[in-house]
Amino acid sequence: MPTSAAEVVFDKATKLYPGRPEPAVDDLSLTVPAGEICVLVGPSGSGKTTALKLVNRLIYLTEGEIRIDGTKIYDLDVTELRRSIGYVIQQVGLFPHMTVEANVGTVPRLLGWPKQRIRERSAELLELVGLDPAQDGARYPAQLSGGQQQRVGLARALAANPPLMLMDEPFGAIDPIVRARLQDEFLRLQQELRKTVLFVTHDIDEAIKIGDRIAIFRQGGKLAQYDTPEAILRRPIDDFVAEFVGADRALKALALRTLGELELGPPRDGPRATKDTTLRDALALLIDEHADIVAVTDADGAVVGSVTRDDLLQ
Amino acid sequence: MSVVFAGDPVIPNFGQGSACERNNGWFCTDWLHAHWGDTLQPALVQHIELSLIAIGIGLAIASALALVGFRYRLLDAPIGVLADFLYTIPSLALFQLLVPFTGLTVTTVEIALVSYTLLILYRNMIAGLDAVPADTLEAARGTGLTRVQTFTRVELPLALPTIIAGLRIATVSTVSIATVAAFVIPQGLGRPIFIALDQNIFKTEILASGLLVIALALFADALLVLGQRLLTPWTRVA
Ligand SMILES: Nc1ncnc2c1ncn2[C@@H]1O[C@H](COP(=O)(O)OP(=O)(O)O)[C@@H](O)[C@H]1O
Ligand SMILES: [Mg+2]
Repeated sequence: MPTSAAEVVFDKATKLYPGRPEPAVDDLSLTVPAGEICVLVGPSGSGKTTALKLVNRLIYLTEGEIRIDGTKIYDLDVTELRRSIGYVIQQVGLFPHMTVEANVGTVPRLLGWPKQRIRERSAELLELVGLDPAQDGARYPAQLSGGQQQRVGLARALAANPPLMLMDEPFGAIDPIVRARLQDEFLRLQQELRKTVLFVTHDIDEAIKIGDRIAIFRQGGKLAQYDTPEAILRRPIDDFVAEFVGADRALKALALRTLGELELGPPRDGPRATKDTTLRDALALLIDEHADIVAVTDADGAVVGSVTRDDLLQ
Repeated sequence: MSVVFAGDPVIPNFGQGSACERNNGWFCTDWLHAHWGDTLQPALVQHIELSLIAIGIGLAIASALALVGFRYRLLDAPIGVLADFLYTIPSLALFQLLVPFTGLTVTTVEIALVSYTLLILYRNMIAGLDAVPADTLEAARGTGLTRVQTFTRVELPLALPTIIAGLRIATVSTVSIATVAAFVIPQGLGRPIFIALDQNIFKTEILASGLLVIALALFADALLVLGQRLLTPWTRVA
């Protein structure tokens, strides 16, 4: 599968809804580098959905500019623009009267691909998102679970290999266990596809897990901070951000790194943990075991080094 | 009542047939045998024609109105009120009203029959189109379907079950009301009924014609159910 990605730039973008004094998105300037996942996160009503829908012109921009790979979106034909952007929403919005295969083939059909190629592409994508093309492809959306429907929604958005994906709380309506699995699979897919993704959530933990960068919105559609998850956790710009990321932000930051990323001391005795254990889990282990030193092992269980409690808390 | 049969030769057959006929039996098979070909079958065929034409024209007009009412929401209420009004005129009164203008003709009958289909067809079309889920529409727009594509590929198919439900009601009631057409023209299954009423209420003829009306309505309804199952396979899953 060819990879492709587009850079997205919000340039002083503002959205005023008619009859509302306050902007829903206020003077937003933000650059999302090609191939990265940018998570828009913030309390309900802070303008995340509005910002997202400005990009595929489901909502009309009041002021400022949005550019995709340098081209202003209002210089493009609106249907072409939308067909070149994958769009995934929380309610999924699968077409109930079309089979799963037909749903996935929506954009390729609009683009006039030959039938055979559409069928092959649908099958390929269903497999990619963990569904069985032969069995699930002929089903109707009503016959699928919520998690499966969301996978189909993702496959439909990816069908024409768009360089940009817009995802509005795609896993929001799914139970926590399936959500965690979908998040993992999405990250695995992204390793391969390297799309530019704008991902909306109100869940800071999801934002930290998914995002290469996080844009935190506050009420009134204002961007509070735009940075990597690590920087946001370690250096929240103000009280709002600090409170939003949570009192446990230090622990969350520990969860972002693994033992393998630290400089290890010489092999020593202690409770054992593999290199890909997060610092957070390693600390939990020390607390559990009333110990001060973790013996770090490789995948085969051989001790390759050690980490002290102080190293962890650095 | 005899006025509506003006110019129409009446062949009395009551009192000359079998014992069953002379006794005005409920189900004289020999009469049915003798008169299927010259009375019942032609009446049935005319009845089907009258109904089909009315439903066809009704469907066309209602579709046009629904396109307008759906696209320009301000017009939905006035169109609905007009259809409501037509629907509430009693059928006999509507025939009476029309005869001075269009005479004792098929046109009079069809205008009346079509009028009665409009309300149900129109209302169900609008209701079906309105019931398409908002998230489905947003996905359609976001995916890059044009306004027309959204209508033809998403809204219309999803409205079909409701539209066909309306069509079923309209069809059954048209088949039933078409019986009254015999007040205006010597056609349809209403005609043998009126003749029988005129002739000391010949029970067999009334019963047979009435049963044919019911059978025709049920058959048409069954056809539509079958059509719906074929056209909307997704409604039968899960
Ligand atoms: N179509 C609309 N018309 C008027 N106001 C709207 C509309 N959509 C959203 N809003 C308002 O804009 C603000 C931002 O909404 P939204 O972008 O949906 O926030 P979020 O996705 O962060 O919850 C809210 O105050 C909301 O009430
Ligand atoms: Mg939202």
